[in-house]
Amino acid sequence: MLAFAIRRVLQALGVIVAVALISFAMFRFVGDPINQLVGQDTTPAQRAELRKDLGLDDPVVIQLGHFLVKAAHFDFGISYQFKRPVSQIMAERLPATLELSILSAIFALVVGVPMGVYTGLYPSRWLSRLFLSVSLVGVSLPTFLIGILLIFIFSVDLGWLPSFGRGDVVTVWGDWTTGLLTMSGLKSLILPTITLGLFQMTLIMRLVRGEMLEVLRTDYIKFARARGLTRRAINFGHALKSTLVPVITITGLQLGSIVAFSIITETVFQWPGMGLLFLQAVQQVDIPIMAAYLMLVAVIFTVVNFAVDMLYVVVDPRVRIRGAQA
Amino acid sequence: MSEGTASSRMPGAAKSALRRFLDSDMFYSFIGSPVTIVSAIVTLLLIGAALAAPLIAPHNPFDPASLSISDSLLPPVWSHDGVSDYLLGTDDQGRDVLSTIIYGMRISLSVGFASVVLAMAIGVPLGLIAGYFGGTADALIMRVADVQLTFPAILTALLIDGIARGIAGPQAYNDVVFPVLVISIGLSFWVQYARTVRGSVLVEANKEYVLAARLIGLRPVAILFRHILPNVLGPVLVIATINLALAVITEATLSFLGVGVPPTQPSLGTLIRIGNDYLFSGEWWITAFPGITLAVLVLAVNLLGDWLRDALNPKLR
Repeated sequence: MLAFAIRRVLQALGVIVAVALISFAMFRFVGDPINQLVGQDTTPAQRAELRKDLGLDDPVVIQLGHFLVKAAHFDFGISYQFKRPVSQIMAERLPATLELSILSAIFALVVGVPMGVYTGLYPSRWLSRLFLSVSLVGVSLPTFLIGILLIFIFSVDLGWLPSFGRGDVVTVWGDWTTGLLTMSGLKSLILPTITLGLFQMTLIMRLVRGEMLEVLRTDYIKFARARGLTRRAINFGHALKSTLVPVITITGLQLGSIVAFSIITETVFQWPGMGLLFLQAVQQVDIPIMAAYLMLVAVIFTVVNFAVDMLYVVVDPRVRIRGAQA
Repeated sequence: MSEGTASSRMPGAAKSALRRFLDSDMFYSFIGSPVTIVSAIVTLLLIGAALAAPLIAPHNPFDPASLSISDSLLPPVWSHDGVSDYLLGTDDQGRDVLSTIIYGMRISLSVGFASVVLAMAIGVPLGLIAGYFGGTADALIMRVADVQLTFPAILTALLIDGIARGIAGPQAYNDVVFPVLVISIGLSFWVQYARTVRGSVLVEANKEYVLAARLIGLRPVAILFRHILPNVLGPVLVIATINLALAVITEATLSFLGVGVPPTQPSLGTLIRIGNDYLFSGEWWITAFPGITLAVLVLAVNLLGDWLRDALNPKLR
């Protein structure tokens, strides 16, 4: 167990270091940071001085060392567009993205699991067929198109829900704002949450359905039926329980892609989160923000992956044995 | 195998390639699935329309001389103010929506095909090398693949796009936007090919025909590309089909986000982005028709890919 954990930590660190190297290469080799920081009328002497102050004349290895130390403190310097510290800007935008991502994951689970159980238990009913066809269409529709469709129906046509922004937000603590405590904030969350969560929902539904179909054929379910247990106890107490291990894994792993796909959802709904910030940074070639976002996403991904791996060890004894041998 | 029995029933008859195709398991499973037939027809129709765009499009949307601003924002022909000249209406610059869709599909599909080819050109050789030689090369390639797999394709593509923008500068960027798109999408999809091919090669490398090829002294490159490659192409074909749908979606997404192709040469994604600005004033057709086309194209290709996966999977026969 411990050996398994240590190996995983080392692998995770390897990924983060690799991403840090890419970020550093972006800083060092894409565009000239001096040009981004000073105006047209700066003299070459002033530029040279700034180069020296920023350490751009040092050997690349020393620069890399400085970069890694700073990155460990999440210090990525000043944004080229906003002329403010990147960490400060990211801290303002993080709550919006996290709120949206976590709500979407919850939505995907709460809707996807029951739909999967139903289609697994009654594969030939018309409602199951409907769920499956809808999920196929859901997979084929690009995220941004789903967002536009929802805006058209619920904002333009029916006028029920807002189509952009977070509504009124309340400051909870420091930079942390939330839209969960106001009516307009909650209304603003509905459409983006569905847009972002729909793909994961179909994924979870198909996964649960597949697992249910497989588990229901096994001997221990037949034995449970022979013992005369109620359908309820068999379906939920025995069958569903054993499908949850892969569901936990996939949901955890998908949390990373939810954060990444929030770039698209945030653009469609003009949601003031990190994804929109990153997209603007790509358009304006704002390297500090791009690097910071990349590092943050890498850290989130590896932490989630690590947590899922550990959870797996706790839930599934087979992994424990294999991990100890390796 | 049914192919063997079919030929033994007709002794002496020289079978044409067409006859062999019609007798194959593939064709049998194709004929038995109406959904697959429909999606194949739809896919072929859309690809054909894209190829023949200059011939079948009712207008040339990129000829400024033929555009008239008085024709802008006309609704489709069946609504009250529709004009029969513009079947699906016109956009803000007076371009015929049907024609821009046909031309846009051409751009979407060419970027999609090119990126799939690039991803294969990178992933397949790397997978062959990793699987056949093992050792350090294998460890290195698979480590890189693992790291990249941690990031969703759209993020990788956006990042490469941003870096290219920084290196090329905003002016030159518009000239290189198509190669950049192909590279950024292609580079974000190669991992799947490498992993699949590596897995198949590990199985194939121990078979007798490979051993025989090595015994007669063929070079590893010849063994890999002439003998092993044809035997691992099945799964690659399935991934390529599903990847085409994904590549078209990714291109549309990038263009929608404003980092893809410019509005002067719109792809389906760019058209949806342009139309999105007019959604609130009621001009729904500028977004809706390119959106429907994109969805139908992707759905049809996905269904074909699903069928191909099942048809090529010997376990399901």
